Amino acid sequence: MMVRMKFMKTGPVKFIGHLDIMRFFQKAVRRAGLDVEYSQGFNPHQVMSFASPLGVGLTSEGEYLDVSFNSLPEKSVAIKTLNDAMNEFIQVTDMVELNSGAKNAMASVAAADYLVSVKDGYEFLTINEFQEKFNRFLLQENITILKKSKKSEKETDIKPFIYAYAFTDREFFGADNRKKSVAEEYDNGVKIYLRLSSGSVNNLKPELVTEAFCEYAGIPFNEYAFQMHRFELYTQTEDGRYIPLSEVGNEA
Amino acid sequence: MNKLALSDEILMTIDKPARYIGNETNMVVKDTKAVDIRFCMCFPDVYEIGMSHLGIQILYDMFNRREDTYCERVYSPWPDLDKIMREKHIPLFALESQEPIKNFDFLGITLQYEMCYTNVLQILDLSGIPLLAKDRTEDDPFVLGGGPCVYNPEPLADFFDFFYIGEGETVYNQLLDIYKEHKAKGGSRKEYLEKIAEIEGIYVPSFYDVHYKEDGTIESFTKINSHAKEKIKKQVEMKLENTYYPKKPLVPYIRATQDRVVLEIQRGCIRGCRFCQAGMVYRPVRERSMDFLKEYATEMLKATGHEEISLSSLSSSDFSGLQELVYFLIEECNKQKVNISLPSLRIDAFALDVMNKVQDVRKSSLTFAPEAGTQRLRDVINKGLTEESILNGAMQAFNGGWNRVKLYFMLGLPTETEDDIEGIAVLSDRIAREYYTIPKDQRNGKVGITASTSFFVPKPFTPFQWSRMDTAEEYLNKQHFLRSKFNEQLNKKSIKYNWHEAELSVLEGVFARGDRKVAAALMAAYKEGCLFDSWTEFFDNKKWVKAFADTNIDINFYTSRERDEEEVLPWDFIDAGVTKKFLLREYKNAKEEKITPNCKLSCTNCGAMEFGGGICFLPRTEEVNA
Ligand code: SF4
Repeated sequence: MMVRMKFMKTGPVKFIGHLDIMRFFQKAVRRAGLDVEYSQGFNPHQVMSFASPLGVGLTSEGEYLDVSFNSLPEKSVAIKTLNDAMNEFIQVTDMVELNSGAKNAMASVAAADYLVSVKDGYEFLTINEFQEKFNRFLLQENITILKKSKKSEKETDIKPFIYAYAFTDREFFGADNRKKSVAEEYDNGVKIYLRLSSGSVNNLKPELVTEAFCEYAGIPFNEYAFQMHRFELYTQTEDGRYIPLSEVGNEA
Repeated sequence: MNKLALSDEILMTIDKPARYIGNETNMVVKDTKAVDIRFCMCFPDVYEIGMSHLGIQILYDMFNRREDTYCERVYSPWPDLDKIMREKHIPLFALESQEPIKNFDFLGITLQYEMCYTNVLQILDLSGIPLLAKDRTEDDPFVLGGGPCVYNPEPLADFFDFFYIGEGETVYNQLLDIYKEHKAKGGSRKEYLEKIAEIEGIYVPSFYDVHYKEDGTIESFTKINSHAKEKIKKQVEMKLENTYYPKKPLVPYIRATQDRVVLEIQRGCIRGCRFCQAGMVYRPVRERSMDFLKEYATEMLKATGHEEISLSSLSSSDFSGLQELVYFLIEECNKQKVNISLPSLRIDAFALDVMNKVQDVRKSSLTFAPEAGTQRLRDVINKGLTEESILNGAMQAFNGGWNRVKLYFMLGLPTETEDDIEGIAVLSDRIAREYYTIPKDQRNGKVGITASTSFFVPKPFTPFQWSRMDTAEEYLNKQHFLRSKFNEQLNKKSIKYNWHEAELSVLEGVFARGDRKVAAALMAAYKEGCLFDSWTEFFDNKKWVKAFADTNIDINFYTSRERDEEEVLPWDFIDAGVTKKFLLREYKNAKEEKITPNCKLSCTNCGAMEFGGGICFLPRTEEVNA
């Protein structure tokens, strides 16, 4: 059976690259002694796939990974067993069994929520200046940036791919849906919540929005000055709603 | 969580930040304020190599079982971080607590190969610990060294407060107990060193004085502190079931050189190859019990989640329980979908059966280490591997579907002639010819033979410790000669020849048999910027040549000079078990091309019997292949 796990990646583990996180999970599943499925052949390996791998340096509480098991204990037991074999910085928070024929995690992604915070110790705008400028930044008709690939440079309008933004979690998630987040907090308090288009078609990274904003505001963009945190990955339903990747499928 | 010592910005700009953030699986976490002793264990090379080292894992586990001690780790910062740390004055820190090493009680450095010596200086330098032991104050940690290189610690004598000679397990607890008492009472640095100088196996270099003759050789080596011992006796753990062995080894996030469980099946080696230091200083052979090995293999796989297990020992084929153990592991591993990485085995029916079961025949290669190209020279080095057994083994494997062979040789062995060198090419070719005797329709394509040569470096406590070593120029000539001989072979298209750098081997030779005087060159080379010398991309021979020239140290004095029997060797004060008498006898046997039987066939009275156990006291068996 194919199981989708939701997990968080925080603290020093943000410096571990995607492939090493995969190896980490493979070893953790073995340590936990879960009945994972192996591929056939001379070098059997676990059948695993990640949704939208996170870049090095980003933290997250909305990572997804599909793993195939032969059998699993009851959900809370399975989560606890696995978490006991991991550490406080990588923990599984949810698990669902996927219906057969469900799209894999990677192919499902349509949008993502992020928090961009300014780290302490870097020269930046005050909260008020930032909010005022950011509002005006998004009031522009279009936000064109130069997308550079190895072969070409292309002007793209990213505005259609910024689905929502807010300066507080109350505004962003709604007063009743405020999350207790594991995102790091900084004293300067300058931050922005963003919902961006994500996935294989129009993948807009929060770094790109931040860079575009800095250019608009006339401040030099220092990529190290910002901490990006991912809250959630969404898939789009047939009627156009965005639902978290964990809300497809049955309970594990 | 402890705050990381390096800022996000630094970690984002360097290669592989995971080297410096700790928090690996099975890392030990302790309250630094609740312990009496802070110990930092160091492997002076990059993280991925250091993390693969079994010895550190053993000591880490052993120290941390003590409630009063917190043992942490540090590895050499890669040159990218090294530069940043110097620019920004960031002190070197331990991975666990991320706190500066300077605040620790001990910095223990394992010395596995000579070409890590500049990295040792880097560790001290970045930590802010004075490089020279004599400049250290009461605020500095004690810097101690262990590992195979301490069988001649003299080139490093100035940089270390003390060395521990022997296997790590035996006296460390004593060292720490004495330290705790000493710290509570508030004694001086020197007082502590005096106390531990009385423990067997501990060598405090500052308690000895060396005088040299005019020709540069040692006139006298004398103790100048009444607490110091005349001779430092190597310590060994005779009951391996008493040794600590980690059930929960650390598992790094990034792939280490050994990304697998390592099971040490025995210590020592029965063979007595005359060039091999490990085979001499780890005597006598002591095997681990089958129950122990089975239990630990299972538990370590469970605790790490590794996908692979390998066996470690100097000569696994000689382990008496090998068949039982390997078949047990194959069964266990099949259940758990774990690979076994096989040690290189003597090719026989058992080995072929096992290789068939665990390895993809098409991908794997056979490995032989004849070390020398002719039987004559193999007799000189006491390598009990005959051409007949190589050809037979290869043929059996060829018939089983193998078609790739790796061969390891040394150039520059004592008494070597052109015939011996040519023999390397001839033997390689013979193996290929053997392959092509199989009818075409029955063989598995072309044969691929890879022959590699390294340069022989004479090591202390081997019968060749008196030997002359070739100069870099002689080495290169030999290598050219051999290359031309490979080109003359019938099957030259099936043979690939690889070789090692000569300059590095020469330096290794200097530090392997150096005395205290070579420390000046080491220091100068470090100041010139030498670091990570065992990495070809960083090794800079010109800087080393300059360092030796600037300090007026003659490389040839240490390498290409035959020592006299009477000469006081820098490491003579160490009693490693094997006696000088035995080594001399073996050197003479070597010159007379006489082989010496291995310990299982008969005892040749090497001196290791004084440790009171192991192979020396087991009944001799008949069936062992020589
Ligand atoms: S004393 Fe004899 S049996 Fe023991 S290690 Fe030496 S040669 Fe081998």
